[in-house]
Amino acid sequence: MAGPFDNPFGLSALSLPLREQRLKVLSSNLANADTPGYQAQEFDFQRALKGAEDHQRRVTAGPSRGPLGMGGGGAAEAMGLADGPDFRRYVTTRQALQPSLDGNTVNTETENAAFGPPVREAHPAHAVVRAPARGPMPPSTAQEGRPLRIPRARPDDRDHGPVREPP
Amino acid sequence: MSSLPIFDVAGSALSAQSVRLNTIASNLANADTVGRTPDGAYKPIEPTFESAPLRGQEGMSGVKVLRVDPLDKPAIKRYEPGHPMADAEGYIYAPDVDPVAQMVNLISASRGYQANVEVLNSARELALATLTIGR
Repeated sequence: MAGPFDNPFGLSALSLPLREQRLKVLSSNLANADTPGYQAQEFDFQRALKGAEDHQRRVTAGPSRGPLGMGGGGAAEAMGLADGPDFRRYVTTRQALQPSLDGNTVNTETENAAFGPPVREAHPAHAVVRAPARGPMPPSTAQEGRPLRIPRARPDDRDHGPVREPP
Repeated sequence: MSSLPIFDVAGSALSAQSVRLNTIASNLANADTVGRTPDGAYKPIEPTFESAPLRGQEGMSGVKVLRVDPLDKPAIKRYEPGHPMADAEGYIYAPDVDPVAQMVNLISASRGYQANVEVLNSARELALATLTIGR
């Protein structure tokens, strides 16, 4: 049975480990930007997220459900956590935009540009995961029907404070 | 789930790039070192990088310095009979260090270093954000 609290963290909880995998792949590329013959890798985020979703659906619908719909394999299993051999399916080799003399296909500018969005998007994802983790809001601050405000990550907003409602 | 392999990868790149910076510093410092024989002259050196797959982390690879080789550039023979290092015929041997190429290499190495420092900072920021989820 699907209840409202089966999956309180939503896609954000699924996406956080995947974002991390993507950052790992990008950091490997940047580290090897000057390695002769290194082939730049890419993480297919969309396909990985879909795979994780399907996996989660299978696990929560399965007969061996544990408490909180997390299944027998624990939270990591339910989230389709992409660690381990499973995550390699979503790593592809990137085609080089221009050939280089040493056969390296890393384009530092592309990697740098690709590094920004996952970091920026991870902050709202963290905030969404954090909100239910803090438990229900006290009645004075709970407001019916208002969507959760997701604070945008600003460069000066580094303390990752609690999610606040606007005044 | 841990961001720690990112620190390993970026750290390996930092150390590899600093080896590269060291060789450039050595080459530029010795650009005017002369020798009495062709073999006695300083030989410019350059590192070769190799990607080093991380153990236990599929698909991730750091970088390491495979070796540091002397460049195959013969020393430049110069006629300076008054030089204290001149041989019997009055020649000295200077290393063939190309300052322009070294500076280009220097810029590339420091940009690579900076990019990996940024990677470290981003990973650190995200790890801190993850730690504060329960608050």
